[in-house]
Amino acid sequence: MIISVASGKGGTGKTTVAISLALSIENSQIIDCDVEEPNVHIFLNPEIKEEIEVKTTVPEVNKDKCNFCGYCSSICAYNALSVFKIDSSGDVLIFHQLCHGCEGCILLCPEKALKPVQRPIGLIKRGTAKGIEFIEGRLNIGEVLSPRVIESAKKYLKPEKLSIVDAPPGTSCPAVAAIKGSDFCILVTEPTPFGLHDLELAYEVTKVLGITCGVVINKSDQDSSIEDFCEANKISILMKIPFSKQIAEAYSKGISFVEGMPEFKERFRSLFEKIQRIIK
Amino acid sequence: MKQILVISGKGGTGKTFLTGCFAVVLTNKVMVDCDVDAANLHLLLHPEIKQTYDFISGYIAQIDKEKCTRCGECLKSCKFSAISLDFKVDHLSCEGCTVCYHVCPENAVLLKDRFCGQYFISETKFGSLVHAKLGIAQENSGKLVTKLKEIAKEMAEAEKAEYIIIDGPPGTGCPVMASTTGVDLVIAVTEATLSGLHDLKRVLELAKQFKVPIKVVINKYDLNPEMTLKIKNQIKEIEIICTIPFSEEILNSVKAGIPFIEFSKSELARTIKTSIENII
Repeated sequence: MIISVASGKGGTGKTTVAISLALSIENSQIIDCDVEEPNVHIFLNPEIKEEIEVKTTVPEVNKDKCNFCGYCSSICAYNALSVFKIDSSGDVLIFHQLCHGCEGCILLCPEKALKPVQRPIGLIKRGTAKGIEFIEGRLNIGEVLSPRVIESAKKYLKPEKLSIVDAPPGTSCPAVAAIKGSDFCILVTEPTPFGLHDLELAYEVTKVLGITCGVVINKSDQDSSIEDFCEANKISILMKIPFSKQIAEAYSKGISFVEGMPEFKERFRSLFEKIQRIIK
Repeated sequence: MKQILVISGKGGTGKTFLTGCFAVVLTNKVMVDCDVDAANLHLLLHPEIKQTYDFISGYIAQIDKEKCTRCGECLKSCKFSAISLDFKVDHLSCEGCTVCYHVCPENAVLLKDRFCGQYFISETKFGSLVHAKLGIAQENSGKLVTKLKEIAKEMAEAEKAEYIIIDGPPGTGCPVMASTTGVDLVIAVTEATLSGLHDLKRVLELAKQFKVPIKVVINKYDLNPEMTLKIKNQIKEIEIICTIPFSEEILNSVKAGIPFIEFSKSELARTIKTSIENII
């Protein structure tokens, strides 16, 4: 079973919830898909057994074959190629950062002058921590293809385990790539106008993807705006975590929530049971 | 004219709260919310929208059932697994590369303009605001960010504004890189946590790649004073312009939807105001 943990807003406690759940349930694996800022490792200190480079395909030009006709540049939807023709010679500039790796230029070049080469854009780390299988995707600094790294990390999902996917914040392609294919999505939010606004957006994403979701309210207080929204949209509230300085301090030191406050383990187990009941 | 960008790497550290403070302190400026996935600045500035534009970027493929002979050329050449076995295009997977359009022998593929969301030019009590709403689960967030910055620049030139102040997105990927391009100063907001430090280091590296000067604000420093010290020691070469304690009052200002410096006349509000005045 795959459970993704998402939220429109950053800093609401996605990683806290994802790790707590993974630590409270037997036979779990955690996949850190917040590839721009992966933080799961900070709390789990995993022993890394394997690192795999994530690569993307980019074209490379063979200047002996190229006649600088410019066709590749004209069909590239991302403006990733520029061709200059000077008399009978010329040059082809390839902007790697703009290339999506669709290989259209390679396929359609009339002279077959382009070939695919692989360029690293990130890293997958695999290991174990506290009885959990640990997988992390990490985008290299200066790279933009987050979804590609997320998809590579998700290749290590094991259907026989409980797989927890820690998603990046937001509602665009990286968040969608992480949440897609989950059996259930936990939306973590906080009772502030920012939290509510971004929850509404994240809820829309789960609707577009057709994934059942439930809400965890972190830093919960007297404010009932989140409850009202959930009630109006018939979304289950799975758990409320009160605001406490003790939790915030443990978090700041990189101590995972259920290890700092073991009494919550039971509550995360019942949260998992609740999810099982909902998707039955 | 100077462009100042507020980023953090990690979500939820207080970017929008700080941008809201800048909005109050700076007099002659244009404001931009580049967190196009989950914009929140409008919740503090309460803009009156003056102009709304559709953001059309890139293509989405559509297969004409009448013309399609189910030959499979498009299926074979799509690198994004966006075409199903019954020749339907999955909008969430299609990256608009147009390869299917070029390879189809029957001209059965139509390229539709992709509607990615809307952007707005607004008036607020504190000056002009350029902001956007990316369509749910849409891509091209980097392009939308670039668009917003172009508009802001034109407006700033027309209004003879001295500053453009930009509320940035979380992370280090596509929208963040688009936000960072061409700015004069980056302010990175971190919190005094291990995750905050980890993510801060990644944005510092990004700023270094862009050769943009960067200064740091530490928020909620008193949740873990040792961590604050550790952050200071690890980024000795970077100027820390302000350390802000955890404050119920800041949280209340967000809940009230009012920029903190306007909401409060406390000593903390005065300190933040002075810190901002010192860097401009």
